[in-house]
Amino acid sequence: MNINLTLFAQMIAFAVFVGFCMKYVWPPIVSALADRKAKIAEGLAAAERGHQEKALGEQRALAVIKEAKTAAADIVSQAQKRATEIIEEAKTDARGEGGRIVAAAQAEIERETNRAREVLRERVATLAVAAAEKILQKEIDIAAHKGIVDSFAKQL
Amino acid sequence: MASSDTVTAQEYIQHHLTNLTLGVHPEKGLGFAHTTAEAAEMGFWAIHVDTLFFSLLLGGLFIWLFKRVADRATAGVPGGAQNFVEWVIDFVEDNVRGSFSGKNPMVAPLALTIFVWIFLMNLMDLVPVDLIPHLFGQFMGLFGADPHHVYLKIVPTTDPNATFGMALTVFILILYYSVKMKGAAGFAGELTLQPFGKWGIPANLLLEGINLFSKPVSLALRLFGNLYAGEMIFILIAIMYSGGIIMAAAGGLLQIAWAIFHILIITLQAFIFMVLTIVYLDMAHHTHH
Repeated sequence: MNINLTLFAQMIAFAVFVGFCMKYVWPPIVSALADRKAKIAEGLAAAERGHQEKALGEQRALAVIKEAKTAAADIVSQAQKRATEIIEEAKTDARGEGGRIVAAAQAEIERETNRAREVLRERVATLAVAAAEKILQKEIDIAAHKGIVDSFAKQL
Repeated sequence: MASSDTVTAQEYIQHHLTNLTLGVHPEKGLGFAHTTAEAAEMGFWAIHVDTLFFSLLLGGLFIWLFKRVADRATAGVPGGAQNFVEWVIDFVEDNVRGSFSGKNPMVAPLALTIFVWIFLMNLMDLVPVDLIPHLFGQFMGLFGADPHHVYLKIVPTTDPNATFGMALTVFILILYYSVKMKGAAGFAGELTLQPFGKWGIPANLLLEGINLFSKPVSLALRLFGNLYAGEMIFILIAIMYSGGIIMAAAGGLLQIAWAIFHILIITLQAFIFMVLTIVYLDMAHHTHH
């Protein structure tokens, strides 16, 4: 238990250990701790931000859904209106078409009637001429009286 | 244990309290001291090889472990070793922040080194007192040495050289920062102009001088005294082992009880040395009381 040179050796060793610790051990570990602290704070802030963003997003989604519902209702009512219009148009068109078809049929009937009348007239004229021919064969010259017959036939 | 019939209790204790001293003996020349008297005769220019070896070994262990963690330190998820080291560093940093108001990047690493190093050196006290010295004695016996005259103390903090070494280094830092922060005149004024004003300079100097020098002395002696006493009790308990089976059994129980209690003491002493160092350095940094 004597005080001797060991004292100075211990002082030097102590100083060296402290110096080494101060230079190579303390700073990296403390900076790692500070980094982790910053990271955790950042993470917490990010989580908080995410939370707020989620709430905002939910609100936005609600607004969008509401808008979409209104738009859909509009579209449906417009479509119904349009459908009614189309039906009305179709009815009008069909009515017009029906009228045209009737008119065409009537015109056709008219034309057919006229033609039949024409044919009949010619046939009657021919019959009348034939009858008259038979009646007048003996006394009337066909060539001389044809003009009179034709003028009668035209009055039909 | 090692106290055979040829060794009296007094010799046994003496044996355990003598360091492995290497020095120049006035008559026998350079070599290890073979008796306590020879160790004393070597005077100042001798070295306690055991104190140096174990303190450097433990200091190296501390530096190696913490450096390894520092090299791999990550801000991400820490591993087991890093977790432990960070826990210790957090503890030290808390104490520094609580007691040290100045700004000095050296104080915290200094406190960490003091705490861990002293704790490790104190921890050697829990190793059974005879285990390593006995093995070392037998080992040296292989080289022709007499095991009874091979000394080994494995607890560096029971050697005042170790505790005073640290306390004096701290004292030098106290003086250095006192002069640096307050200026030579300011420091001199602090030593001479209070508490009694300029008419009481001799009394002031005496009081403040005692105050100043008591710092390293109390640091060193507190640590040394506690550990020396603890070691002494372990040695006394170890003597019981040669006193028959009942004494040996009682000694075993006592050793366990004392060791458990001693865990508290070794941690507490390391902690006290660290906190007082921080406080003393804080006082050295303060310009006003």
